[in-house]
Amino acid sequence: MSILAILEQRGGAWHRMSWETLAAAQQLGSELGQPVSAAVAGHDVSALAQELASKQLDRVYAVEHELLKDYTPDGHAAALEQLIRAAKPHVVLFPHTYQVRDFAPKLATALERVLVSDVVAHRVEGGEPVFVRQLFQGKMNVDVRFAGDSPYFASIQAGAYRADKVTAGTATVEKFTPDLSAAAIRTKPLELFRESQRAVDLTAAEIIVSVGRGIKEAENIPIVQKLADVLGAELAASRPICDNGWLPMERQVGSSGQTVSPKLYLAVGISGAIQHLVGMKGSKTIVAINKDAEAPIFEVADYGIVGDLFQVVPALVEEIEKAKG
Amino acid sequence: MKIVVCIKQVPSRDSVLRVSATGNWIQDADLTYEINEPDAYALEEGLQLKEKHGGEVVALCAGPAGAAQTIREGLAKGADRAIHIEEENLAAYDPLALARLMAAALRAEKPDVVLTGLQSDDLGYGQTGVILAQLLGLPHATIIMQVEKQEGGIRVKRELEDGWFQHVEMPLPALLTIQSGINKLRYATLMGIKKAKTKEVKRLTAVDLGVTPAAAIRFERVYLPEKSKHTQIFEGAPKEAAAKLVEKLKFEARVL
Repeated sequence: MSILAILEQRGGAWHRMSWETLAAAQQLGSELGQPVSAAVAGHDVSALAQELASKQLDRVYAVEHELLKDYTPDGHAAALEQLIRAAKPHVVLFPHTYQVRDFAPKLATALERVLVSDVVAHRVEGGEPVFVRQLFQGKMNVDVRFAGDSPYFASIQAGAYRADKVTAGTATVEKFTPDLSAAAIRTKPLELFRESQRAVDLTAAEIIVSVGRGIKEAENIPIVQKLADVLGAELAASRPICDNGWLPMERQVGSSGQTVSPKLYLAVGISGAIQHLVGMKGSKTIVAINKDAEAPIFEVADYGIVGDLFQVVPALVEEIEKAKG
Repeated sequence: MKIVVCIKQVPSRDSVLRVSATGNWIQDADLTYEINEPDAYALEEGLQLKEKHGGEVVALCAGPAGAAQTIREGLAKGADRAIHIEEENLAAYDPLALARLMAAALRAEKPDVVLTGLQSDDLGYGQTGVILAQLLGLPHATIIMQVEKQEGGIRVKRELEDGWFQHVEMPLPALLTIQSGINKLRYATLMGIKKAKTKEVKRLTAVDLGVTPAAAIRFERVYLPEKSKHTQIFEGAPKEAAAKLVEKLKFEARVL
């Protein structure tokens, strides 16, 4: 029985969440008393595999094939299915990235297994892992246990484990060449691109005022803009606000937008779905203003006001003006 | 183009959630429901594709009898007909078993395009579409922000992390999971609501589809998340609360 961490790279560079998943795998491995291996897939991943060889691992699988050069769900799922059938791990962990969301459910299904996605924590009970994940956009947690046969599949949410807890050591690198055919890869990936040069670099802002669904309509945006102005802050938003076109996409904070860690982050009318929290929970001081006392945003906030933002924000503007003289 | 859009009914966004007596789900007796938001965008995308290229939009929903309301709303917005897999106890199905149920209904339809939302607002697995693609043997792409028909198939814009995108081409039939914000949602018109009453809703059961419930994962306990930080909450009238907050920001956090 063993643990396998399937890590992510693109063009020879690690996805930062790979290390968090490796930390989770090492932790689970030591608790279950099972050896941990790691796999990385691509065209030429020898340098990345060498880097993994300096970690405390049983084995490093360099899954290499010409057809893995550009990511496709067909290619990735087929290659990793073959690796899992050969290595027979008990638990398989992935980082919960966009790419993993694209292929891991396919891979698990091909092996007639169920993936427990977006895990935030785990514990071991009766010699088996129990994974914690969120429900209802972070309003509830659930402990999930596997009832069927292993391998057990789980993907790990960004920030749930600390990358700096990865233990160093030595490991042997094993090259794994999957049997892939070009005909079985049905999607054709084209170049990656960005919409436009980002005019707004939120990551450089010291103070950010961020607005969410609670603002109700576009006509109300000036209410929070005023708060941003008195604080000398950048105005940002959660995804639904940008989806609606009330603020440009480049002002979006969260997994599909920018990741920020300012000195002060004021979340106004933002409930705190996980996609938003991963983009801002590293902020030094977090203030939440929300009418729902049980909104998940209060779980990461240092200070909070439970109330109607249409009353609280103007009052806050007044108090800040007073304090600033 | 025959398009099937998978839609799910979920508790309304502002629902107050309480853990059920059994401790492994929520009290669902008093909840109100709505269409899962990403699925609303998937339905809109299906309707727009039909408007551009002709064909048919079928809404497919697995859920209890009460989900009929969400299906009716989909028909009112413009879906031509619907399939309702009536199942009162969805909790008896894990994501794979539930997808098997939906795949059985989809096989009979032979669609050119299957659309789902990228994830549900209740369980949030973000997997149903991809599992369906595997079960149906279809190519797929996820988190899609644009769909264009082209010679021999489609070209889609896939959202990646940190503001990156990628175009992907694939043949039809195919499955796509749709990201919120891909389009602008329409409202049902009065005429649409009227018409919806006469549209076909085919009701199927797990027995009809030859699928048995299965759960390879078990919910042991549902609970409110523990706080990762100690949050100081300021109470009182807005003015007082605001004054207390500014005081703390200035002298304790020292960020003003």
